[in-house]
Amino acid sequence: MASIKEQFEIPGKLKTWSYALIGVGAVALLYGMFTKGFSTDEHEQVHFWGTLMYNTIFWTLICNAAMFFLCFSTMAQAAWIQSFRRIAEAISTLVPVFGAITFAVLIYVVVSDKHHIYHWLDVEAVAKDPILRGKTGFLNPTFFIIWTTLAIVLWSYFGYRMRQLSNEADVAPMDAATAKAFNIKSMVRSGFFLVWFGLTVASTIPWLWLMSIDAHWYSTMYSWYTFASSFVAGMSLIAVWLIYMKNKGYMELSNSEHLHDVAKFMFAFSIFWTYLWFSQYMLIWYANIPEEVVYFKHRVQGPYKPIFFLNLIINFLAPLIILMKRSAKRNFTLVAFMAVLIMFGHWIDFYQMVMGSLMKEHVSLGWLDFGVLSFFVGVMILMVARALASKPLIAKYHPFLKESVIHHT
Amino acid sequence: MAQKKFVVGCFDDEAVLFPAVRQVRAAGYKIKDVYTPFAVHGLDHALGMRETSLHTAGFIYGITGTTTAISAISWIFTKDWPLNIGGKPHFALPAWIPIIFELTVLFAAVGMVLTFCYLCQLAPGVKKHRFHNRATDDLFVMVIECSDKTNTDDLKALLSANGALETNVQIAEEGWWFGTYDNDNEDLYNNKQLA
Repeated sequence: MASIKEQFEIPGKLKTWSYALIGVGAVALLYGMFTKGFSTDEHEQVHFWGTLMYNTIFWTLICNAAMFFLCFSTMAQAAWIQSFRRIAEAISTLVPVFGAITFAVLIYVVVSDKHHIYHWLDVEAVAKDPILRGKTGFLNPTFFIIWTTLAIVLWSYFGYRMRQLSNEADVAPMDAATAKAFNIKSMVRSGFFLVWFGLTVASTIPWLWLMSIDAHWYSTMYSWYTFASSFVAGMSLIAVWLIYMKNKGYMELSNSEHLHDVAKFMFAFSIFWTYLWFSQYMLIWYANIPEEVVYFKHRVQGPYKPIFFLNLIINFLAPLIILMKRSAKRNFTLVAFMAVLIMFGHWIDFYQMVMGSLMKEHVSLGWLDFGVLSFFVGVMILMVARALASKPLIAKYHPFLKESVIHHT
Repeated sequence: MAQKKFVVGCFDDEAVLFPAVRQVRAAGYKIKDVYTPFAVHGLDHALGMRETSLHTAGFIYGITGTTTAISAISWIFTKDWPLNIGGKPHFALPAWIPIIFELTVLFAAVGMVLTFCYLCQLAPGVKKHRFHNRATDDLFVMVIECSDKTNTDDLKALLSANGALETNVQIAEEGWWFGTYDNDNEDLYNNKQLA
């Protein structure tokens, strides 16, 4: 183990790039905020806050997916992740950061009564509307704020506890009894995260943050669809970082066997996402009930048609065809390309989920979207690199590490 | 029905088996197979076997299923017996996707099972020589094919030197045959051996 590089040093180029991205993004963000966000035109306001909303929710959820990945692997006692678990940990350190931005944006939207974004905020309209009146127990500002706060705080807290526990594997070799206790403790802590994750990301949070934009419409598939979207993008993010670190000569213990399994997750959950996409679409298409079809009408037959089908091509057809072969999943270049493509695809997916409901008349994809995206990508690169540099790259006394080193698919 | 001569070496430890496989191959002997009680990861690689093409076969079966489903349903619902179902177009692709998917899976699954049985020569009544009965219990059994020039004593010595617990030479049917074992009543733990 002597030859293993344990300490990551952030390359200058990475810093330059992330500062440049943050710079470009901050300019776009501030310019957008003053010309659109605080303008008197409601249409412009919706454009700006909607764009900020889908970006920040997207990045919070995919960084949270990294902690979800760690937790369910720990729960299943999956050993193969140990050789690169610090990458997933580093990505999950962004949950409090992006969570704070999400919190600020959502609370601003709710408190400043932006009922063009959340129609259920409009008190007069709700009073006259029997459907929305029936939903007030769930869709009301108080519950929204409490649940959003709880969600973000507890994701961050349970994630922090998991990362703290992982530090113990750096200290000293464990004997059998210590290793067993460590294993049980890891499983208990990941259990807390998983239960809370199930109650939030896999159910209530997408209803509250995203689905309630179409206040009348509902779909029972929506939360799982959002979860699948964010999870597959999160796995892609882990893959990108793994390949980047390998490329820089770190992560010697991870090889094409580990990449193969990460790429399997990307492949499998792309199919899972499509399954949910299709289940949601087909039932609504088949029943053809006006109050349900309203969600798809302008997406499938209106201005969002190109984006809607682009979404399906990037997120389903491309992974299905390109990642199907075993040799493709073990090819670092190809997986890197596919990971970036899938992340972009699911960003587009979040775009159409939010903006497709907010701006039905025309597609606004432009400088603001890519500017805000560049800000988040820059922050992500910088903060993940810093988190990676702050700890050894290998949890070298983790009881499962050896099993990960000899991992074979 | 070709009888051949084999040298058999039994191991009880994976960690011993892998170096032994490497040594025997490096010495230029041809390993017929290693029979193990469970799937040993990486053994196929160590034996230098090529990747199985079972998944390629599976893909072709799947595509066949997809094609069958699409052509059958589209012909039935647009040409043969067009029905107005809920005002949907006759060519109602979303409604067919579950059936297309199911037929893809069915063709791939059944096709792959049958292909697997064919590749491994598994069928009722098909018999193969058992080199060592404990291969299904607790021993890794390495079987090396002998040529005319093979010195069986040297080979046995090489196996023993690499940690084989037991070595022997057997003359046995190389492929499969249909029927019964000639010596079904013989003690199962007492293979027909040739010193």
